[in-house]
Amino acid sequence: MTETLNVFAVRTLTQKEYFAPGHRSCQGCGEALAVRLVLKALGRNVIIANATGCMEIVSSPLPFTSWRVPWIHVAFENTAAVASGIEAALKVLMRKGRIPKKKIVTLAMAGDGGTADIGLQALSGALERGHDFIYVCTDNEAYMNTGIQRSSSTPFGASTTTTPAGRMKMGQITWKKNMAAIAAAHNIPYVATACPSYPIDLVQKVKKATEIPGPAYIHILSVCPTGWRSAPELSIKLGRLAVETGIFPLYEVEYGRYHLSIDFPKLKPVMDYIKHQGRFRHLTPEMIEEIQKRVLQEYEDLKWKATRGVENGNIKG
Amino acid sequence: MGKRVGMEVSIAAAEAVKQCNVDVISAYPITPQTHIVEKLSELVANGELDAEFFCVESEHSALSVCVGAAAAGARAFTCTSSQGLALMSEITFIASGLRLPMLMILANRTLSAPLSIWNDHSDAMMIRDCGWIQFFVENGQEVYDHVFISYRLGEDRSVLFPVIINMDGFILSHVIEPIELIEQEKVDQFLPPYQPLYRLHPDRPITMGAYALPSIFMETKKAQEVALRSSMPKILETWKAFGEMTGRYYSPVETYRADDAETLLVTMGSFGETASVAVDQMRKDGRAVGLAKIRLWRPFPFEAFKKATLHAKQLVVIDRAISVGACGPVASEIKAALYGEPVRPSIYNFVAGISGRDVTPSDFIKMVDKAEVEIEEGNREGFELYGVRE
Repeated sequence: MTETLNVFAVRTLTQKEYFAPGHRSCQGCGEALAVRLVLKALGRNVIIANATGCMEIVSSPLPFTSWRVPWIHVAFENTAAVASGIEAALKVLMRKGRIPKKKIVTLAMAGDGGTADIGLQALSGALERGHDFIYVCTDNEAYMNTGIQRSSSTPFGASTTTTPAGRMKMGQITWKKNMAAIAAAHNIPYVATACPSYPIDLVQKVKKATEIPGPAYIHILSVCPTGWRSAPELSIKLGRLAVETGIFPLYEVEYGRYHLSIDFPKLKPVMDYIKHQGRFRHLTPEMIEEIQKRVLQEYEDLKWKATRGVENGNIKG
Repeated sequence: MGKRVGMEVSIAAAEAVKQCNVDVISAYPITPQTHIVEKLSELVANGELDAEFFCVESEHSALSVCVGAAAAGARAFTCTSSQGLALMSEITFIASGLRLPMLMILANRTLSAPLSIWNDHSDAMMIRDCGWIQFFVENGQEVYDHVFISYRLGEDRSVLFPVIINMDGFILSHVIEPIELIEQEKVDQFLPPYQPLYRLHPDRPITMGAYALPSIFMETKKAQEVALRSSMPKILETWKAFGEMTGRYYSPVETYRADDAETLLVTMGSFGETASVAVDQMRKDGRAVGLAKIRLWRPFPFEAFKKATLHAKQLVVIDRAISVGACGPVASEIKAALYGEPVRPSIYNFVAGISGRDVTPSDFIKMVDKAEVEIEEGNREGFELYGVRE
């Protein structure tokens, strides 16, 4: 029954493509799919500030563009600041009557490097100032555009060109930075995680973000066959496995309250996800064990927050 | 004639920004520009200025906010100094490349290290190449006036460049000077609301900030270069219109007692006023000394500079910054500007007033004395740091 409903729901998505085909992304790119879905959720009344990164490069080779909506790229680390300026301009120009009043969404988009590393300051500032905008982080878990270098969003153990698996070191040695938690710690009204493998969930979250005044942060897992060394045709499946193993749980934090978007009676073993990706092929059984333990622990913590009614970091009831 | 008041120059600058009805202001504190943003925040808080005023989390974001705002069609303002400019310097090049008008007041202050809050032009010199229209003003009235001039000029559809007003930190920013205010009706006539040629808006989607391959980048650079140079007639026209409104006429290179001068002091910024006192003294002593003050730094006014200085036997160029290991930046540009001339003056370059060290009229006289002696003795390539305690 649920399956039929899902198919039906997909057809309610607009047929319009605001992210025009012809862009230069890799075959099987999860990020391009995420962008396409985000734009379908938003429609044409949007202005986008985009960071330097895969999506900016594949979509804007002068004189071509994939963007059928207004779009600006300025630099790498300032997406949230540029978006702040756009949001402020729209607000004041409408207030002064210089442009007609109408709802225009300000969207900031950046990758994991441009968000968790170099873009963290600008993001924090924009969230703290409370601009009415949506920040979408498309997380392919490394600096993919420049050739697969690690970011603070790269998962533990992953081999990248700057954390290669060698004889002395075995890939990324730190655990992935929890950007959704950092965003939630700013006490903004809406934080969500999403994945293009669950397109309706993603679209609904983006639409919800447009209806909640103030800053919204959406963290989207973007499978990257090129960087993850996975088969391009597995991108959707890998996205599902990330969720089904508990590695990338789908949830929302609305005014500090956690809600799981989907829960599983039993999580699949992390190996189901890891085994398809060349970036993990050097992992020892000990490392996989460590990952499995930590994933389960964090999933339990998340469930506890969602069911015990944790609001703004405080336990309720 | 407008009301004449004694006012701290920073406050006058803020008043001018208010009179321009700016839309978005991004602020970050750094000495010595902070009084400007403090005053602006007060004006907004009191409802005297309807603008979105943001305290951002760094100067890099301050300019990024202005870029986003200008791209969406708003009149944007920020100001900074020294380290703040250094931090936002990445974005200055981008703002020009994107052809977005906005105004930055730069309260000139030394670049670290060592740390110093006092005045020199090292911060401005760092971004010589950024592609903004750049003015150096010499007193409070000029700061106030150039706010209006800069917005009208930058927003002109044949120009479309961001503008910097360089004003000497502390020496100008923190002093009380007589300022003749301009009546609001006159300002509104001189400066209409910003009508962007291109803006980010769903009704007419555009892509700004694309990336360019080697096969096309050179052409975009030429377009930018041609556009900045071609803004010269509009700069002159704007100054003329401003003069007609207020009686104060500005020019790219202003001269003082220079027509029959054999030796010309060349300065930028507040040095000009002090140097003119020195010129008067030297004239009293029967010396043929004059002064040329560069007000327009970018686009560099080659023709105006040559016209003002070629007749002189020697130029004594006073830089307020140094390109360590090379030269005084202004002197090097002047040498380049005059190199092709069959007959050209000798140039002696002093670097003086670094990090707020006071340069008095008698210092200017000493520098002219030294330069004249050195040139007399055949030293045509003089360069020295003035006033170092050995």
